[in-house]
Amino acid sequence: MPVVRDELLRLESTHDIVAVRHEVREWATALGLNLVDQTKIVTAASELARNALEYGGGGTACLQALEEGARKGLRLTFEDRGPGIADIALAMTDGYTTSGGLGLGLSGAKRLVNEFEIRSTPGEGTRVTITRWK
Amino acid sequence: MERIPILGMGRFLLVTIQVDMHDRLAMTLQSDLTDRIVQTGARGVLLDISGLDIVDSFMGRMIANIAAMSRILDAETVVVGMQPAVAITLVELGLTLPGVQTALNVERGMMLLRRATAGSGEDEEIDEALNYQDGDASSPG
Repeated sequence: MPVVRDELLRLESTHDIVAVRHEVREWATALGLNLVDQTKIVTAASELARNALEYGGGGTACLQALEEGARKGLRLTFEDRGPGIADIALAMTDGYTTSGGLGLGLSGAKRLVNEFEIRSTPGEGTRVTITRWK
Repeated sequence: MERIPILGMGRFLLVTIQVDMHDRLAMTLQSDLTDRIVQTGARGVLLDISGLDIVDSFMGRMIANIAAMSRILDAETVVVGMQPAVAITLVELGLTLPGVQTALNVERGMMLLRRATAGSGEDEEIDEALNYQDGDASSPG
């Protein structure tokens, strides 16, 4: 998959969540996504950045602009070195939370994008990749 | 410290969120707002979110919390000004804000609040009744 541009952002405080939102908005606009699709991927990014911070104790967000023939997309990868998720299916259930939140972060983010991939190893960390195509 | 301003408008409080909210700012708003409701005896809160270009589950929870806390403190909350793209995204995210009243804009929100807290004059009646009782109790002594 040809990556035409990429950028790595650190996730260390709640201010970094705001920074990720701004950057994803800018990239989504540059890609030519419509307002609803921009809003969806920015919202998904906000959920996943908060997860990496809250459960993973911080991590990174990687932004990638993709071009596959005439198709353009935005791929975001959130990575942390936290405790990982033992039961991914359970974590993906609407309403399931271990933090007193609403339990919509992972399942909601998945509904907001075209592609969603999660890999987690207990004791090593979690990586979530989402893609929105134009 | 950075804060979201809370304006008094008669019996109501108006909060206009115009900044991209980070999490601590949202928590500060919750406590500032409940303090102001108690201090002023406000009967309603108008929460204008027209400046928010996204609402994620954290902010949604904050909005629901504000409505629930206000209700316990005898004040109604109406959320106004949600952008269409935000509404679409919220529903797909799975966040339906149960128990939160909404209106399209500030004007309609004010109408809703007035109606919800109608039977006005009620406040004055309660005040009078309380004063009367105070006076009554103190007169013999």
